[in-house]
Amino acid sequence: MDQFALLIAATLNSGTVLAFAALGLLINERAGIVNLGAEGMMLVAAVAGFATAVHTGNDWLAFAAGAIAGGALAAAFGVLVIWLNTNQYATGLALSLFGTGFAAFVGIRYTQEKLGEQHSFHIPVLGDLPFVGPALFRQHPMVYLAIALTVAIAWFLYRSRAGLVLRAVGESPESAHALGYPVRRIRLAAVIVGGALCGVAGAYISVVYTHLWVEGMTAGKGWIALALTTFATWRPARVLLGAYLFGGVTMLQLQLQGEGVQVSSQFLTMLPYLATIVVLVLISRNASFIRVNMPASIGKPFFPG
Amino acid sequence: MLRLALADISKQYPAVKANDRVSLRVAAGEIHAVLGENGAGKSTLMKIIYGAVRPDEGEIRWNGEPVEIASPAAARALGISMVYQHFSLFDTLTAAENVWLGLDRSLSLAAVTARIREVAGVYGLDVDPVRPVHTLSVGEKQRVEIVRALMTNPKLLILDEPTSVLTPQAVQTLFVTLRKLAAEGCSILYISHKLDEIRALCHHCTVLRAGKVTGVVDPAKESNASLSRLMIGAEPPPLQHRESRPGAVVLAVKGLTLAEEDPFGTALDGVSFDVRAGEIVGIAGVSGNGQQELMAAISGEDVRAPAGSIRLFAADISRQSPRTRRRAGLHFVPEERLGRGAVPTLSLAQNTLLTRTRAVGRGGWLRVGDVRSLAESLIRRFNVKAGGPGSAAKSLSGGNLQKFIVGREIDAEPKLLVVSQPTWGVDVGAAAQIRGELLALRDNGCAVLVVSEELDELFEISDRLLVIAQGRVSPSVPVAEASVAMIGEWMSGLWA
Amino acid sequence: MLRLEARPEPSRAMSMASPLIALAITVVIGTVLFVLLGKDPLRGLAVFFIEPVKSAYALTELAVKATPLLLIALGLAVCFRSNVWNIGAEGQFILGAIFASGVAMQATPSTGDWFFVPVLIGGVFGGMCWAGIVALLRDRFNANEILVSLMLVYVAEQVLNYLVYGPWKDPAGYNFPQTITFLKSTQVPKLFAGYRVNVGVVVAAVAVAAFWVLLFRTYAGFQLQVGGLAPAAARYAGFSSRKALWTALLLSGGMAGLAGGLEVAGPLGQLTPHVPAGYGFAAIIVAFVGRLHPVGIVLSAILMSMFYIGGELAQSRLGLPKSLTGVFQGLLLFSLLACDTLVHYRIRRKT
Repeated sequence: MDQFALLIAATLNSGTVLAFAALGLLINERAGIVNLGAEGMMLVAAVAGFATAVHTGNDWLAFAAGAIAGGALAAAFGVLVIWLNTNQYATGLALSLFGTGFAAFVGIRYTQEKLGEQHSFHIPVLGDLPFVGPALFRQHPMVYLAIALTVAIAWFLYRSRAGLVLRAVGESPESAHALGYPVRRIRLAAVIVGGALCGVAGAYISVVYTHLWVEGMTAGKGWIALALTTFATWRPARVLLGAYLFGGVTMLQLQLQGEGVQVSSQFLTMLPYLATIVVLVLISRNASFIRVNMPASIGKPFFPG
Repeated sequence: MLRLALADISKQYPAVKANDRVSLRVAAGEIHAVLGENGAGKSTLMKIIYGAVRPDEGEIRWNGEPVEIASPAAARALGISMVYQHFSLFDTLTAAENVWLGLDRSLSLAAVTARIREVAGVYGLDVDPVRPVHTLSVGEKQRVEIVRALMTNPKLLILDEPTSVLTPQAVQTLFVTLRKLAAEGCSILYISHKLDEIRALCHHCTVLRAGKVTGVVDPAKESNASLSRLMIGAEPPPLQHRESRPGAVVLAVKGLTLAEEDPFGTALDGVSFDVRAGEIVGIAGVSGNGQQELMAAISGEDVRAPAGSIRLFAADISRQSPRTRRRAGLHFVPEERLGRGAVPTLSLAQNTLLTRTRAVGRGGWLRVGDVRSLAESLIRRFNVKAGGPGSAAKSLSGGNLQKFIVGREIDAEPKLLVVSQPTWGVDVGAAAQIRGELLALRDNGCAVLVVSEELDELFEISDRLLVIAQGRVSPSVPVAEASVAMIGEWMSGLWA
Repeated sequence: MLRLEARPEPSRAMSMASPLIALAITVVIGTVLFVLLGKDPLRGLAVFFIEPVKSAYALTELAVKATPLLLIALGLAVCFRSNVWNIGAEGQFILGAIFASGVAMQATPSTGDWFFVPVLIGGVFGGMCWAGIVALLRDRFNANEILVSLMLVYVAEQVLNYLVYGPWKDPAGYNFPQTITFLKSTQVPKLFAGYRVNVGVVVAAVAVAAFWVLLFRTYAGFQLQVGGLAPAAARYAGFSSRKALWTALLLSGGMAGLAGGLEVAGPLGQLTPHVPAGYGFAAIIVAFVGRLHPVGIVLSAILMSMFYIGGELAQSRLGLPKSLTGVFQGLLLFSLLACDTLVHYRIRRKT
């Protein structure tokens, strides 16, 4: 039973990374921009966050650093894609490749570093409940923040005028422009917010999840986050659910490896990636379902008059 | 004191002077037409009034005061509202949300919804605020646009080609609304190239040609001929009409029932008609009633038609690809030129390869010289103004590109030519040439099927007419026995 | 304020100048980076641009590095022109190496010297199979090829690890994760004695010509490009998008697999976990910088090899980290994308 509670706790922990990243990507995709640079942004943010944590010992500053790093890279991407109308897919790839190399470059200095005292978290009363306590209520505050963020984004998208404007821009930037909305600035804002959230996810990996910096440590989580937004048909609640699902698969495979299950470790390591493929196939099968739910202008360039 | 006065407005673009010292005077409560063919400068002028574009020279006066209209928001603040020809609507949102987005932020969504019902009632515009826009017909979508414009309490309402998406009856209803608005003091700028409507509705008319004003007239006192002369400098050349002598049935469509491919599209329901050699069959209809889907089924872009529902010379082509159909003599000119009829960034020579494969040798080898010379001959024969066979398709004007594409298909000596919106967005000269080519083709024994939203055009060139409405097709009627009123009724689906 | 204005025709001059401007920008940023790292910028630039071409040996090393990049990029160019985004060339490269190794391990001491041919064919086949999965999932299930091909890279890495740590581990290899060293008969013949450059260069040259013909002189190539430029026009013309999808993916998968086969049958001579060297991703940059054009790709492959070799030299001679190469490559692509805007747009002062 204890094991199971710990597994749930670990799933929440692992899923939080994907949640932040995928929620960020959801926001810029809702505005019609697909940012394939997620992996690069997360790595640079991981290094930035880790370095900040090493030098200041303050986790929250580390998250801020990650958000700034992700946001800055996303801003560069945004200017190219939105004002110069470069191909979104190619530019996003460039960002990923650059970010991976840049993070490796900057991170050399930090590969042997260790972070200081690790805090453990424990919500009073709730954290002492049997089973539920260790499963749900002894997490890092960021885990709860991710859930709160999901609710906030859902409210924003579906209940606020600003969210309606964002959805309108994603559906038809031409029409939004004709109505007088600053389409390009709105899209840039969405891209920067998306990058900042990917940055938070990246910082979370190095500072909370592993307490280390290793080159390429995101191991494809940025790409999985991209798949998640499609899988969740761009709805925040489904993104969170999907993130936990994947977190669960990752934890399961680590668990199985630890227990010396009679499958070689490489096949277990493959599981999250195979799961991503399966999930993509399942959700994409109905092409018109996707078309109805997808922000119509995704990937397409916008030329104001 | 005039509501709006433009004096000596000029706007230069790199290749063309779009507006050349244009003056416009609109009084309060006046319905003022702006007449001109495509490319005359109407839309640039409207963009200047609406704040989307700044003029290089000239003065704008609003209620006597000189103003600078720096942006659409500034125009809205003055009380200028515009209903575009191509709607600025968001398909997945409701009508109320769409209207809300078009207004400045002060009202809540609930308040806006209530207000929509009020305004719609007052002006006789039937709009259901809670329906998602993609479920609305094109005419209903236009009503949402008009309601959105009306809710800003405009002092000047600009309508850009509003009747291209309406049945003749719906046009009359619109006129009632507009006259009511004008009577209440709102000025209306009515952009159109439809002479009959302008003469029926408008108090005054400013005619533009090649960026300059060629006349300011009272349309009631003018004839179509005199307005045409102002608009294009001469009367349109009369088309040579010869008796049509229809031969054997070339295209037989029977029981074509097809579910929509696009979730926002229209399903076809038991469409049946035929086209004979040596005749032009015209299909009338307001856009959004299944024309696109019917065209795709006939051209082969959609191969899901039930077996036997489409026959070319009695052979079943329902499931064949466009290339097979072309080999059998079926050629198609789509309504979208750039992106479908031609690839914008490729040259005219390369664009011939889309539908003409004589220059493709064995193993798929491209004979580049032959490709080029085909393009050269098309340019010459069809009077296409272009830099040469190597010019990119997107560098041509709409009319010239359309001449090239139509020419490309006519030059293939088809047995059946299907054309969708042959002269949309094309200047009068090119339009006349294209219609002439279609008639010549028909005289040579080719079967021609034309789908168009311009009723005048169909009456001019067709031998028989059909109407498509909500995915169904009416029986055909010889054009001599058809009237605009009857066709208008049929467009609402009301054939016996 | 400046604004962009569309050109009526894409500018051919800018089309050729843009990669050069991008290179210049990268060099400038690189110089700044060197200075910030406390190294002599001139020495840094020399290491990247002069050392790799200084001697005959250096040139052959350049050819060795450029060959896989060139081969993969040619296939990717066809893919990207068709608007099929195969990002997983790295995985197809790995599977090519695996299949090639599998064939190579069948050689016996009595096998003839022609055996490298089936080895390379094995490589092509492996790459095609891996890319075929992507094509199948997109064709039948509409699954996004970017994500599927990428996920398959991670899977391919694990498959490789499984093989070299497990069933294919050389029993006489001191428990290192590596296969046996392949017999000489499986090795791609070298061109000149004493240098590492091999027949792969000839294969690459032939490939450049073949791809040029495919893209610009065949109807099939025309159909692929129209599919990428204007899908509605391709549909109107009756060009099969399914055929385009499969052709693009199988072709690029095969080329990546061929490159993988050449690596193991050439310089490496065995299969190890270090076979994936990021060529599949670098080739993406090579393809774009080469303007998706076979001739341009030759030049950009040489340029990228200079970055790779320069990076290695920078590490050994200047003490700079090897990851600098990745930074430069990413920067080059970024600058190129930005400069490319000038091909289709002019800069004008806002009126």
